[in-house]
Amino acid sequence: MDILLQQIVNGLVVGSVYALIALGYTMVYGILGLINFAHGEVLMIGALTALQTLGVLERIAPDLGPLAQLAIALGVAVPVCMTLGFLMERLAYRRLRNAPRLAPLITAIGVSFLLQTVAMILWGRNYHTFPQLIPTTPLEPVSGVFITPVQITIVVVSALMMAGLLVLVNRTRLGRAMRATAENHRVASLMGVDVNAIIGATFVIGAGLAAVAGVMFASNYGIAHYAMGFLPGLKAFTAAVLGGIGNLGGAMLGGIVLGLVESLGAGYIEHLSFGFLNSSYQDIFAFIILGLVLIFRPTGLLGERVSDRA
Amino acid sequence: MNDLVASIPFLGKRHPAVARWGTLALIILAPILAGYFGRTWIRVLDFALLYMLLALGLNLVVGFAGLLDLGYIAFYAVGAYTWAFLASPHFELHWPIWAILPLGAGFAALAGIILGFPVLRLRGDYLAIVTLGFGEIVRIFLNNLNYPVNITNGPQGINGLDPLVLFGWDLSRTLRLGDFQIHSLYLYYYFFLLCVAGAVILIHRLQISRIGRAWAAMRDDELAAKAIGIDTRAMKLLAFSLGATFGGVAGGLFGAFQGFVSPESFSLMESIAVLTMVVFGGMGNIVGVIVGALALTFLPEILRHVAVPLQQTLFGHVILDPEVLRMLLLALAMIFMMLWKPAGLVPAQARYSRPGLLARERP
Repeated sequence: MDILLQQIVNGLVVGSVYALIALGYTMVYGILGLINFAHGEVLMIGALTALQTLGVLERIAPDLGPLAQLAIALGVAVPVCMTLGFLMERLAYRRLRNAPRLAPLITAIGVSFLLQTVAMILWGRNYHTFPQLIPTTPLEPVSGVFITPVQITIVVVSALMMAGLLVLVNRTRLGRAMRATAENHRVASLMGVDVNAIIGATFVIGAGLAAVAGVMFASNYGIAHYAMGFLPGLKAFTAAVLGGIGNLGGAMLGGIVLGLVESLGAGYIEHLSFGFLNSSYQDIFAFIILGLVLIFRPTGLLGERVSDRA
Repeated sequence: MNDLVASIPFLGKRHPAVARWGTLALIILAPILAGYFGRTWIRVLDFALLYMLLALGLNLVVGFAGLLDLGYIAFYAVGAYTWAFLASPHFELHWPIWAILPLGAGFAALAGIILGFPVLRLRGDYLAIVTLGFGEIVRIFLNNLNYPVNITNGPQGINGLDPLVLFGWDLSRTLRLGDFQIHSLYLYYYFFLLCVAGAVILIHRLQISRIGRAWAAMRDDELAAKAIGIDTRAMKLLAFSLGATFGGVAGGLFGAFQGFVSPESFSLMESIAVLTMVVFGGMGNIVGVIVGALALTFLPEILRHVAVPLQQTLFGHVILDPEVLRMLLLALAMIFMMLWKPAGLVPAQARYSRPGLLARERP
């Protein structure tokens, strides 16, 4: 029972990070119909930029409080990633908007590998320890169940950012323009929406969310390295598809569900497979879920049926 | 062959005969030329041929049928591990090549069908991600199936694979004809060359057959293809399993050539590398794919031999190691090809099963 509760807590924490990344995928997909393969790499760049900033802060202002350090690191990482997101769209994807459907996807894969390689050049191949700025001593709210302050922060921050995004999309002028563009580029532009600017803004917002997610991810595991974005990116994509791609609420739900399934699965796989498989198979759950969802309910949990664009 | 010659700039169109015999001579003499620069380059040539086989197989799926497969390397892994299981001290089995290669190809095709059956209803980009997931799952299993029963020997991989033996003739030994000695790397080159030539002929025949035309129709417009009575589902499955077959054969040859297999050789990076070869050379074009595979196997090696010493003289130490350079090259090749020349170096042309027909209509 304790294990069950503990795994649920872990699942919620990981799931909320997935949800935050999944939002970036789902927004871009909703507007462009493009799987931005490089989105996971934005997360990695965010985490490593934050790490670099912390290293610099250590030297120039060693007596800064941990929270102030974290705020400054985020203050650097988020704009860097936003610029990166903007440049990706401007330089690579915009020119391919009317290209055959495989071209943007192949480009996105190329961008993803380019970013990984650049990160490898800048930061090396090694794993870097990410400083634990928020205390990691576990609290024990219920006996046998542990949760660290970092994990609580992750859940709270994700919830706040998701709420903020929902307000932005549903209540503001920019959000209305985004929804209009998602529905139909041409008609939106006839109504006076600057479609290019809106698409750029979507990439920027998604990249900003990914940067925050990257910092949280790195603080949770205490590790950052050049390939850290690949798996969370892929899992977040799974979460987006699970929830119904193009649907913001779906991405959040999908992220949480995926986090739960993964952590429960990892906890119980040994029993389920009679000791044949162990928790090193944790990563295959995301792929299996992705496969099953796409086969049996391609529209996801909350998605509506969209016709196949031939 | 004619297409290859015709694609050579200038010479190909003006003096086709010179170009043709020149290319043929170059292909046959290539390992001897490469040998002047050292054994490594013959090895690179051998690998280039293996990559050609892979790229030709992937081209069936991506170029002809228009299905983006990001887990193609999994089929390569199936072929290589089949060889490792059936011809190495790991299970104390030493089957002959005539049993293993078809088995490896068959297993790979089976894997293609198993994967293809559920996922082929998906749209292009979803299909890409699911195949990527499949590739990763295969790799995770290869990495972890050493416990509780040791099947794949985990991350260490399997060593001491049997070399290729054709009719009692061991390709891994130096061949002696009197005083004349032929090193094993040359033998492998010519054997792989035969395989590639066979694959090219097969794929070329396939491309101009009814099946090839059905693939092209499906790739260009799936709805229209369905409307004229093409069973798109069957055609996709066929493309998948045939492509996988090539991957399986190439994998078996790779295992025998390399002598050991480990999950590291079958990472996503390799899938992407093969895809880049296809994209770089020209999707859907046999000549393009061959050129792409050749270029993208050689360029990183040349960079390795040029850029590393250059960096040492310029900066005193190595800033970009060869593996990083290779990734950089592949990533840039992929992006810039898509942005500026999406059809590749040697673009595919519309093909007709009877070219004469077209010539008569256009006086």
